[in-house]
Amino acid sequence: MLNTLLYLNQNLFTQQLERSSMRAGFGSALLELGNTHPNVVVLTADLRASVQCDAFRNAFPNRFFDVGVAEQDLVTIASGMAVSGKVPFCVSYAVFSPGRNWEQIRTTVAYNNVNVNIVGSHAGLMTGPDGATHQMTEDIALMRAMPNMDVVTPCDAIEASKATRAIADVNHPAYLRLARPDVAIITTQDTPFSIGVIQAFWVHDNPQATVCACGDMVYYALRAAYELEQQGIWVEVLNISTIKPLDTKTLLTYVKKTNRVVTVEDHQKAGGMGSAVAEFLCENYPVPMILIGVDDAFGESGQPEQLLEKYGLGVHHIKQAVEHIIKIKQPV
Amino acid sequence: MKHTIEEIQKLATDIRKDVIRMVSHAGSGHVAGALGMADIFAALYSEIVHHDPKNPLWEDRDRVVVSNGHICPVLYATLAHAGYFPQSELMTFREFGSRLQGHPFRTSLPGIETTSGPLGCGIAQAIGMALAAKLDNKKYDIWCIASDGEMDEGNTWEALMCAAKYGLNNLTVIVDRNNIQIDGFTESVMPLEPLKEKYEAFGWYVLEIDGHNIAAIIDACAMARSIYEKPVIIIAHTIPGKGVDFMEFDPEWHGKSPDLQETEHALKELRTLKGTIEEM
Repeated sequence: MLNTLLYLNQNLFTQQLERSSMRAGFGSALLELGNTHPNVVVLTADLRASVQCDAFRNAFPNRFFDVGVAEQDLVTIASGMAVSGKVPFCVSYAVFSPGRNWEQIRTTVAYNNVNVNIVGSHAGLMTGPDGATHQMTEDIALMRAMPNMDVVTPCDAIEASKATRAIADVNHPAYLRLARPDVAIITTQDTPFSIGVIQAFWVHDNPQATVCACGDMVYYALRAAYELEQQGIWVEVLNISTIKPLDTKTLLTYVKKTNRVVTVEDHQKAGGMGSAVAEFLCENYPVPMILIGVDDAFGESGQPEQLLEKYGLGVHHIKQAVEHIIKIKQPV
Repeated sequence: MKHTIEEIQKLATDIRKDVIRMVSHAGSGHVAGALGMADIFAALYSEIVHHDPKNPLWEDRDRVVVSNGHICPVLYATLAHAGYFPQSELMTFREFGSRLQGHPFRTSLPGIETTSGPLGCGIAQAIGMALAAKLDNKKYDIWCIASDGEMDEGNTWEALMCAAKYGLNNLTVIVDRNNIQIDGFTESVMPLEPLKEKYEAFGWYVLEIDGHNIAAIIDACAMARSIYEKPVIIIAHTIPGKGVDFMEFDPEWHGKSPDLQETEHALKELRTLKGTIEEM
């Protein structure tokens, strides 16, 4: 069942389910930060309107900088601002930033260890019709390999808004990963959020498997859990909203209840959230795992649901993985 | 002027000796660009940059960004002579546990404003500092040292476009036009000329100087401060390996360290100004 302690959206499995884009949540939080944080500045590489910076720009024109289609410039200018005490948000699509400007981020942001916040929209297959060139499925791997860098993957618009405000106050670099389409609203304003905290969105007293999901895949994991419950299979679903630093304490607490883990992410299996979970568990508490993600492939044009189906990230794929892993015998 | 031209020239020679000793002792590092920029660094920190070695984080100090971080031996030697840290520490350059990292690292050493080394990032970082200064209504200036080799980088030209957009008259870039890069002469690896016209087309006010003429350096920097309408680039023509005959104009010395014999030879040349004066 949905975790009643977290004030999640009660309409989640109904026809009344609301949808909104993570970008909208991000844009509203930027505007709030403009008011509460005089040092916050916003830079974009010609994606002002697309990634919802207009409200901030209109309210704070002097603190808004469009550097043109120049992602390397975007983050290196932000680095210079940050060493001068500003808190920059660098806004682009994930495939360009951190995709195109990775070394600049590594040297001038991460190694410099300054509070620059890299916001990458259009992450994952969910980007849809734009095709593989714009579907960034390697960004978690790129960013979590980088020392000093937090990696935050909100699951909906409301959590994106909270995450945006939270990374401004973390005095080191962060990467915020956003999806393109309108996605299901899972949380509410009352749902608690902190960087580096894993929450169990779907809980059970005696679960058979632990499903770890992040970003837009949290909704699909919850749908799988809902349908599995009707089949008499009980799981718990963890929202890995921060991949780095990973909340290993909470993760371990839940995994110890089931000894079986399925991870689900709209990202390459290589180097993503599932890899992060596996890295921790294989050293500390090895259990059978199934990783669901893009399996060493590029996407293509299509509607998000069509792509999730083809690339093995659909609700029934998650259910199959759970059904399979609960049959694995544990070593005594 | 706080110092005479002769005093600054003497300082530049002392800095060059340190550069040779540091790179020789470390067994690796970049000598040619560092030697070529010694006069500019000596002049900058003696006469031009507003700074306080006793208070490195003084809020209103000028900011110096060394985009071509590989020439850091000249930066470290200059900072040590200015009093940021003991000169004895120079010989730890590139050693395990040293504050003098192989390329500049922001928090490791007083006087280092930002991390640099990978080419093409420094001008943009200096732009960020210049924009921040404007937002805060601060009067300090930003000085960015860049190499000609890093003009090959796309990031450089992205930044050059952007500085003009924002009319950053608090920013001056000094380009070390020494005509060499790792693989050879710039004009054979990737031709840069006509450089002055390119900068002007990108919206910059361009000055050209002899990068070994102390008076010209000080003059140009004073001029750069007084140009109001545009950011300024000073193209400083320098001799790579300046002061050591066998290193001058030889791309091979871009990233090579001298052996013991070469070190002795180089130091003797610097002591005697290439044999024009008697050994003391």
